[in-house]
Amino acid sequence: MSIHLEHYLIVGAVLFSIGLYLALAKRNFVGVLMGIEMMFNAVNLTFIAFSRFVQSDQPLAGHVFVVFVITVAAAEAATALALAVMVYRTRDTVNVDEIDLLKW
Amino acid sequence: MDSTGVIIAFYVLAAMTIGSALAVVVVRNLIHAVIALIGTFAGLAGLYVTLSADFIAITQILIYIGAISILFLFAIVLTPRSGRGNQESFLRFPALVLALLVGTVLVYVAVDTQWNLSHAPDFPETASLIGELLLKTYVLPFEIASVLLLAAVLGSIILVRPEPVEED
Repeated sequence: MSIHLEHYLIVGAVLFSIGLYLALAKRNFVGVLMGIEMMFNAVNLTFIAFSRFVQSDQPLAGHVFVVFVITVAAAEAATALALAVMVYRTRDTVNVDEIDLLKW
Repeated sequence: MDSTGVIIAFYVLAAMTIGSALAVVVVRNLIHAVIALIGTFAGLAGLYVTLSADFIAITQILIYIGAISILFLFAIVLTPRSGRGNQESFLRFPALVLALLVGTVLVYVAVDTQWNLSHAPDFPETASLIGELLLKTYVLPFEIASVLLLAAVLGSIILVRPEPVEED
């Protein structure tokens, strides 16, 4: 009994599905963002696991990719939360099913 | 990856990660959801350590637990009249079905595929190697990432800046 690539991939897949459910089903915008961050993290785990276990002539490229994913995730979180605060100022809510100005 | 310690660590950390991810879904208070999300991030940092990714584990703790969780807390306390509830919208059942389908497909692919495995030993340390790669092979994406961060910082500041007072 030992830990293989599949174990990490299954953890990543479960985490990705939970994040997808959060992003699609939560009412509060901050909850949706939590789901998106969780999906980023699941992908990062998959990258690191492949980087550790799979044959490659550049085994650390996966780590570098994860560094970029974390950078983009940080930028995305800052911008999206600023947007949430701005929507709150005009509409007094951040519930995604009440932000429906563009709906006919 | 065969020693008993690594096996126990993997199962404990995986249970912690998945358990707190499920807690984010079920708790009814957004502040508690952020705390559970911190548990998920911490469990993932531990999983990175078992994969001998020391630099990424530290980065995960610094950026996700230290910065992004605090941003979430700020966003929650800056929107008080919207409530602290963590309810689902009317899309709950389609989302559940889609998430289950995606999860099933991903797990099936992960288990079914014959991966091209190597039997290399653990990385001894990764920080200096990642630094070298970032400044040699990947220097262009590195610079683009810095421009992206600058744009995101400026954009966030301009978005949440209070309206300037009109002066006649």
